[in-house]
Amino acid sequence: MIHGIPITHFLIVSTVMFFIGIYGFLTRRNLITMLMSIELILNSVNINFVVFNKYLYPDQLQGHFFALFIIAIAAAEASVAIALIINIYRRYTSIEADDVNEMKY
Amino acid sequence: MNYFYSIWILLVPFVVFIFTGLFGNRFKPFVSGLIGTTGLGVSFLLSLITAWKYFLVAGITGEAYPSVIAAKTTWLQLTDHLKIDLGVMLDPISVMMLVVITAVSLMCHIYSLGYMKGEQGFERFYSFLSLFTFSMLGLVVATNIFQMYIFWELVGVSSYLLIGFYYERPSAVAASKKAFIVTRFADLGFLIGILLLSFYTKTFDFAELTNPQSPVFSRITSVSFMGLSVITWAMLLIFMGGAGKSAMFPLHIWLPDAMEGPTPVSALIHAATMVVAGVYLVARMFPIYIAYSPNALTVIAWIGGFTSLFAAMIACTQFDIKRVLAYSTLSQIGYMMLALGVSGYEGEHGLGYMASMFHLFTHAMFKALLFLGAGSVIHAVHSNYMNDMGGLRKYLPITHMTFLVACLSISGIPPFAGFFSKDEILVAAWQHNRLLFAIEYVVAGLTAFYMFRLYFGIFWNKMPHYHHTPHESPLIMTIPLIFLALGSAFTGFIPFGRFVSADQKPFESVMHMSIAIPSVLIAIAGISVAYALYRQENATASRLVRALGMSYKVVFNKFYIDEVYLFVTKRILFNLVSRPVAWFDRHIVDGTMNGIAWVIAKSSEKIKGIQSGQLHHYALAFVSGAIILVLIVLYNLS
Repeated sequence: MIHGIPITHFLIVSTVMFFIGIYGFLTRRNLITMLMSIELILNSVNINFVVFNKYLYPDQLQGHFFALFIIAIAAAEASVAIALIINIYRRYTSIEADDVNEMKY
Repeated sequence: MNYFYSIWILLVPFVVFIFTGLFGNRFKPFVSGLIGTTGLGVSFLLSLITAWKYFLVAGITGEAYPSVIAAKTTWLQLTDHLKIDLGVMLDPISVMMLVVITAVSLMCHIYSLGYMKGEQGFERFYSFLSLFTFSMLGLVVATNIFQMYIFWELVGVSSYLLIGFYYERPSAVAASKKAFIVTRFADLGFLIGILLLSFYTKTFDFAELTNPQSPVFSRITSVSFMGLSVITWAMLLIFMGGAGKSAMFPLHIWLPDAMEGPTPVSALIHAATMVVAGVYLVARMFPIYIAYSPNALTVIAWIGGFTSLFAAMIACTQFDIKRVLAYSTLSQIGYMMLALGVSGYEGEHGLGYMASMFHLFTHAMFKALLFLGAGSVIHAVHSNYMNDMGGLRKYLPITHMTFLVACLSISGIPPFAGFFSKDEILVAAWQHNRLLFAIEYVVAGLTAFYMFRLYFGIFWNKMPHYHHTPHESPLIMTIPLIFLALGSAFTGFIPFGRFVSADQKPFESVMHMSIAIPSVLIAIAGISVAYALYRQENATASRLVRALGMSYKVVFNKFYIDEVYLFVTKRILFNLVSRPVAWFDRHIVDGTMNGIAWVIAKSSEKIKGIQSGQLHHYALAFVSGAIILVLIVLYNLS
């Protein structure tokens, strides 16, 4: 529809982004990188919202607004997460997730 | 006639209780005492006004005294027609009781100002006295049986508090617990009786429950259980509650021990008011007893007769003066129960009912006087035991004279009050059952004997060596004595039948000389025996004791009833019931719970490694969980 690009192309991109995010979240040890992976996951979802809105219900706007809200929340979440990470660094002089393991049995 | 003000008779003591209970420690103790006494004075005046208006101004409407509902409010609406009210009902017996309670209570309040002076917890004592007075007044004016039950329990609680007033003393604590548990056990019967009765009649209200023609009884008379109709069971169970409070055999064991409380408490609660609550209860329910369960009345008559004989025999052997008076109380209440038991309903046949209420009235006067006099003696010699007393007539002239009046009154010597009421009871017993009459006859002699044994033992006999010279009590203690002595001497001339009767219709009672003269003779015989044995110290009494041997020992130890109770509770109940139940509780119930806790503790020990503290483990678990959920959803949808 957007200049003849079919919906599947967008969905493939968002799926790939999603699983890259999951993979990064599970394998990386650096908290900043993990945070970036989460942003990837969120943005892949955003793409899905916008695409489905555009292709399936072109005369409505819910999907776009949902995406806007998610962007705002992601910004808030990132600021909180970075504040946490800074505090963790002050305490442990490290931002490796493996070093922060005191909350256990 | 508007009696709405009569709720203040109850409310004033209640307000005084709250006030002195909360703020009593802010003032000097004596101020609390004065507040309590003043409040009671107001109640007493209001009761007198009520009695005057009820009996003399309003008087009879139609041919009977009416039952007036002075105030009423619905407290608990259970169903459309079953509700619990709180209110004030005035009829001849409740108005009479108002006067008796407030009069005796006022005397005890005044007396205690002197007797309890300087005691620890003086204001606590007054606050509890007010609570007791409030509960007792609420009991007598109850408009329905459930209100009566509520105040009945309040009376039990305040009695418990007052018996245990000297709570540092283990014996007082034991006595208060014993009184509470025994009466509470009896009240269980009372409650079951109320529930049975209200289940079949669908009402708690005395207006319907005391009217034998009322249609509410149509169902209950036709139902029977174990060969007795349900109404007989209900009335017997209600009587069980009354027997517990009035200390009838075999639930009498708490009353002698209750003498551990301060003496004014014994005078007020354990002689004049609370212990007659059982009599009052039976009198209140009397129309149903007579109409639907005369069998229950027969039981009441025999239990009353037996208790009066039994207690009179024990009273002859005791040495603690308050215990002698306690057993004498049991015996006199036995008289009242018996009189109710042998009474009929209409007119002249209701003589027993009238006599019972009359005796309640006069007994409250002379027994309170006896206890307060005994308190005055104890105050002077600091001992409860007759052996430590003697020759006190010179030192305590007012106590001596008033005590003598009370002794003559209880022994039934004319023209003192006790003579008239006891004579009516004997006449009622004579008309109904000759055997009961004979028992009461013997008891009349015994009463005269043990009272004058006490009198001669305290005021005559050999004077022991006193550490300091006994002195007469202060004026504040002797004034109540004099007032009550006047009551004991002259209240007998009240034509009681004109005011109180079973069907609330007045009648004239006549003196039966053929019964009065022998009863006076046997009383004089009892006094003469006491005179011979105890007027001066002599060996006759101890020789008599030796001659009686075993039988004296049995009576002296109160027929071993306490020991029987201990045997039943400690040996039988404890070993056969409590122990196995305790074993079951410790091992089976607790064991199950401990087992569950053990399993959970062990398994959590094994799986606690899951919480590793590694973020990646949690993330992996979360993601795999999400994937599994997605797979399940997809699989189910397809």
